[in-house]
Amino acid sequence: MTEAEIIAAVAEAHASATPLEIIGAGSKRGLLRPVQAARTLAVAAHSGITLHAPKELVVSARAGTTLRDLTAIVASAGQQITSEPPDLSGLLGDPAVPPAAQTIGGVVGANLSGPRRVAWGATRDHVLGVRAVNGRGELIRSGGRVLKNVTGLDICKLLTGSHGTLAVLTEITLKVLPAAERWGSVALTGLDPAQAVAALSAALGSPYAVSGAAHLPAEAAALVPALAWLGGAVTLARIEDFATSVAYRTDRLRADLAPFGRAEILDDAASRAAWDAVRDAVPLHGAAGAVWRVSVRPSAGPGVLAAIGRAFAASWFMDWGGGLIWLAGPATTAAHDAVMAAAGAASGTWMLLRAPEGLRAAVAVIPPEAPALARITASVKAAFDPKGILNPGRMYAGV
Amino acid sequence: MIRQPDPKQDVLDRRDAIIAGLRRLLPDSGVIAEPIRLKPYETDGLTAYRQVPLAVVLPETTEQVAAVLRFLHHEGVRVVPRGAGTSLSGGALPMADAVVVALMRLNRILDIDYADRCAVVQAGVTNIGITQAVQESGFFYAPDPSSQLACMIGGNVGMNSGGAHCLRYGVTSNNLLGLKIVTIAGEVLDIGGAHLDAAGYDWLGILTGSEGQLAVVTEVTVRILRGPEGARAMLAAFRSNEIAGACVDAIIGSGIIPVALEFMDRPAIHACEAFAHAGYPLDAEAMLIIEVEGSIGEQDTLLDRIRAICHRFDPISLRVSASAEESQAIWKGRKGAFGAVGRISPDYLCMDGTIPTSRLPEVLRRIAEMSAGYGLQVANIFHAGDGNLHPLIMFDANDPDSFHRAERFGADILTLCVEVGGCLTGEHGVGVEKRDLMGVQFTATELAQQRRIKDAFDPGWLLNPNKVFPLLAQAA
Repeated sequence: MTEAEIIAAVAEAHASATPLEIIGAGSKRGLLRPVQAARTLAVAAHSGITLHAPKELVVSARAGTTLRDLTAIVASAGQQITSEPPDLSGLLGDPAVPPAAQTIGGVVGANLSGPRRVAWGATRDHVLGVRAVNGRGELIRSGGRVLKNVTGLDICKLLTGSHGTLAVLTEITLKVLPAAERWGSVALTGLDPAQAVAALSAALGSPYAVSGAAHLPAEAAALVPALAWLGGAVTLARIEDFATSVAYRTDRLRADLAPFGRAEILDDAASRAAWDAVRDAVPLHGAAGAVWRVSVRPSAGPGVLAAIGRAFAASWFMDWGGGLIWLAGPATTAAHDAVMAAAGAASGTWMLLRAPEGLRAAVAVIPPEAPALARITASVKAAFDPKGILNPGRMYAGV
Repeated sequence: MIRQPDPKQDVLDRRDAIIAGLRRLLPDSGVIAEPIRLKPYETDGLTAYRQVPLAVVLPETTEQVAAVLRFLHHEGVRVVPRGAGTSLSGGALPMADAVVVALMRLNRILDIDYADRCAVVQAGVTNIGITQAVQESGFFYAPDPSSQLACMIGGNVGMNSGGAHCLRYGVTSNNLLGLKIVTIAGEVLDIGGAHLDAAGYDWLGILTGSEGQLAVVTEVTVRILRGPEGARAMLAAFRSNEIAGACVDAIIGSGIIPVALEFMDRPAIHACEAFAHAGYPLDAEAMLIIEVEGSIGEQDTLLDRIRAICHRFDPISLRVSASAEESQAIWKGRKGAFGAVGRISPDYLCMDGTIPTSRLPEVLRRIAEMSAGYGLQVANIFHAGDGNLHPLIMFDANDPDSFHRAERFGADILTLCVEVGGCLTGEHGVGVEKRDLMGVQFTATELAQQRRIKDAFDPGWLLNPNKVFPLLAQAA
C-alpha cells in the first residue's frame, strides 16, 4: 500500500462521509472506546524504513513498520527507541494479534512510553516529523528530520497520542539515542507504597541519572522471575550508562538509599529482564477484569492506591517514580468510578486500558475535559476532520 | 523589509474609550498609554522593526489577564503578548492597533516540589530565576537559551526555546508538565498538571511554540532536574570547518552524547575571544566546545574518549578545562557571542535554521560564498550536535542598502537550510522575520491546516496576528 492509496481512500471516505477505523497491526483495538465505522483502513502494509542516519540520530519509517523491525534497525547502529514503548499484547490478549506485531504508527498514535519516560521523555518528545493524511484526504507534513525545529505549529505533538482521530499517520521520523553499554539496578525490598515512593523520589533526585523507578508489591514481584527471588515487595531504580559508570553509580545510589533498607544490585541481564517486565506490565498479564493506567504526581500515588483499595481489591504496580499506577480490578462501573474519583482527587489523569466493549462504550475512557477545552477539542477535530470520519468516538463520545 | 498590515481604523478611532476600559480593569500603574512610556515596547530583540502599540497593560494576576482579554475580545482589539521582549524573530513586535499584554509583573514562583521534581511559576519569571530558586538544593531547569538572564518562561513557552544543552536535556516542550492559559475570550484553562502525559489531545505540545497565537500563558509547571555531580568543558581546535564537522559526527557515532557540543568558526572565535578572554585558539578555522557530566572520574573517562576521537582529526589544539572557573570562562565566550559580535559590527541579524549535520561542510561553504556575494561578513556559531545554525550576519543599520542585503542574505541561508532537508527555525521562532518564508518549507495545504488550528483557538485572529503565517495565507 502506498501513501497515495491512503490519500485516495481517505479522500473517497471524506467525499462519501464514510467513517473509517484505522488499523495498523490491530494490537490496540481493545484500547479506549470502540470505534463505530463502516469500513476499516488497514495501513500495516505501508511499511519500510525510509531514512536511517545514525550519526544524525534519526530514523524514518512508514507507519506500518513494526516496532520490532524498527528497533532492530536502530540497534544495528548501537541505538535505541528512547521512550521504550511497551508491548501491550500480553495485557490486551487479543488472540487475533500475535505478540510484537504493533506498528510504529500505533505506538505514536497512542503515545505509548515505557519506564524510561520518567527520565528521557515520552514518545511524543522523540517524534521529529510526521507525514499524515487529514480527514479531508490531504497530505500534511509537520516537523522534519532535524533535531531542533520550531517552524510553525507543532502538529507532530498534536497527532501523537490522538489515536488516529485527527489524521492517518503515514510516515514518522524519530530521534534515536545511543543504547547504553550496560544496565544496572538497585533493588530495595519490603517497602510499603509510601516508603517506596519516597525512596524512588530520592533516587530520581540523585545526581546519578536514574532512568527507571518502579515499585512492585510482593504479589506483583512474585510474577517477575528476575525479581521473585528477592522475596516480598521490590522497589527498583535503574542506571544505564558505560559499564564503569553503572558500577560507580549503582554503588553510590545504594549508599544514598541506605536509610530505606538494605539493597541488592541487579546486573545487566537481570536488569533487562526486570525492566522489560515492568515495561510490558507483565505482573498484570494474568489479572482478570479491567486494567487502568493512572498518572499522578508521584507523591500522590500512595494516596490514590489507598483510595482505590477502599473500593475494590486491586492488583497493581507503580512506574515513573510512583507517578504511573497500573491497576487491574473488576470490570464494573463502580470500580471505574472509584478509579476516576481517586485520580481526579489527586488532579491526575487516567485511561481505561482494557475492559469489555460494553463498559468501554458506556463510560468515559479518559478524563472528560472542562467545557471550554472540550469546545476546543471539537474545533480542532473539525479542523482536521470536518466530517468526523477518522476513528469516530475513539477518545470521546461524539468526537 | 517585511510588510506590516494596515491597522484597523475603527480601533484607532476608539483609542481613548479602549484605554478607559482597560483602566477600569487594572490598577492605575497597570495601563500605559502615554507615547513616551510606550516607546520601550515598540520593538524586541529584532530591533530593525519598530511599531508603537495602542497601549500596554501590565496585569498582576491571571484574573486580570482574563478580564483584559475578555474586554479586548469584545472590542475586537488585537493583542500582542510579551515577556521580556528578547525575541530575535520579532515575536513581540506590536501593531499600531494592538494592546501589548506584558507579563513581567506575573513574576512569582508559586510552588517548588522537590519530591515530585516540578515547580509552578508565573509566566514573567525569568528562565535563570527558576534555576536560581532551586540550585541550592542541587536542582536546575534545563533549557538555557543565551538570553536566559532576561528572557521569561512565558516567552520560552511561546517560542519553545532551546539552548546549548538541548542535545541531552531537550527543549522547552520536553521540560513542561502543565500550563495555565487564558483564551482570547477570557476563559482560564488548566492544561496538564504535575503529572506526566495528560490524556486527550496534546494541548501542552501544540501551545508550546505557538508564538502567542493560541492563548496567553500565565502559569507554567516545569520539570526541575537534579544536576549532575559535576560538568567540565573542553576546547578542540581544527584546521577547517569540514574537519571539525567530521569530528562531531565521530563523537556522536561513538555512542557518547555530550551535554553540549558547540561549534564556532574563525570569525566567531575572534569576536568572542576579544570579548571573553577565554583563551580561544585564534589560529583555528573552527572550534568545538564539548561538555560532559558526571563525577570527576566519569568526566575524565569521557573526556579521554573524546580526546582520542579528536586526535584522529589532526587538531591544532585540545584543551580540557582544569577548573570550574575555566569551564565558566569557556562558556562565557559562547553565551556572550551575540554581544561580542555586536562589538565588531554596528548591527547584526541572527539566523536560526537547522540542517542535517551531515550537510554542514557544504552549508558552511555556501554561506561563505553568499557572504562574498552580498559583501557582508558572517560569523557562524551553532549547536553542532543538533545541527542548529546561528549565522550572525553583520550590517550597518544606518545604510538601508546594507540592511536589505542582510535580509536577503538571511533569507538565502534559511532557504538553503530547507533545501538540504532542514528547517527555517530551530529555536527562535518564525515571528515576523521568517513569516514570508513559510512557503519555502510548507505547502499551501499545510499552512491552511495550521491556520485552521489557530482558528479553533482564536476565530477572530486577534492573538498576535501578523506573525508566523504569510499575510496572503492569513487572508485566505
